[in-house]
Amino acid sequence: MKVLKFILVGIVFGIVMTKSEALSWYRIQEMFRFQSFHMYGIIGTTVVLGAISIFLIKKLQLRDISGIPIVIIPKEKSVARYLIGGTIFGLGWAMTGACPGPMFVSLGYGVGVMSVVIISALFGTFFYGLMKDYLPH
Amino acid sequence: MQTAIEFVRQPWPWYISGMAIAAIMLTLIFFGKHFGFSSNFKALCAACGAGKASSFFDYDWKAQKWNLWFLVGSMIGGWLTANFLSNGEPVQIAESTIKDLATLGLGVPTGIQPAEIFNFSFLFSAQGILLLAGGGFLVGFGTRYADGCTSGHAISGLSNLQLPSLISVIGFFIGGLVMTHLLYPLIFKI
Repeated sequence: MKVLKFILVGIVFGIVMTKSEALSWYRIQEMFRFQSFHMYGIIGTTVVLGAISIFLIKKLQLRDISGIPIVIIPKEKSVARYLIGGTIFGLGWAMTGACPGPMFVSLGYGVGVMSVVIISALFGTFFYGLMKDYLPH
Repeated sequence: MQTAIEFVRQPWPWYISGMAIAAIMLTLIFFGKHFGFSSNFKALCAACGAGKASSFFDYDWKAQKWNLWFLVGSMIGGWLTANFLSNGEPVQIAESTIKDLATLGLGVPTGIQPAEIFNFSFLFSAQGILLLAGGGFLVGFGTRYADGCTSGHAISGLSNLQLPSLISVIGFFIGGLVMTHLLYPLIFKI
């Protein structure tokens, strides 16, 4: 059950990514060309509902299913790493039309060549681990 | 019943999808976890022994096992949709996008992904290596450098009204706009 619940949420995520077409290279191109509201609508709806919910979780001091109070640990403050790292990510996002989640969903969907994109992303992450101490953060 | 199945097989409108993604994020929060997909790349590197090469990967990746199961689920979800929940219609993108993509030499969509790009013979061309392998590498590198991807920053981070996530999302768009408008015309000319 411990494992199953995460697999089930993952399955829902995979179905939503596909049915919303958020995993489509075409939809990402449309977004970066500002030619459709679709992707902005998806992210916007999620963030508005997410922000209201997280506000209420904090306000009402809700607990998770194990009874532990929910704490959302904020990211450490900085500008350089987020701006530079984010820009590098954005270049890759437009090239592959896929962020990490959709890469795996696409592979499951049957886009075999996505496996090469995923392996390349693993090398990218590994390379960051090697270079980490030499980069501005 | 028949109409319900037909409805599910159509692409879903943005507001349904947005509500569903918010529900996924909140479910994970109530499971005591945090929605962030790209952490899986780090965990997979660590599981492959990358900890020997860099202390960055020398951490308790097994605490991320739940996320790897989430990843497995997401692949099953993609497979289920392809086989049972899709009407097989191509993505209905804007006419203006179709026109723009035609100038890059791409045809009208015939599926969910452009067949011209996502195939192995394209991969073994100069553009293919650059876009698929190079692009994947930049995603993997950038996401760890920025400490999060679309799920961790644009969704979880912005929902928590975090400034670092807003800066990251601005970065995502700088990169995406530069690639789409300045570099794509050059890459597709090779």
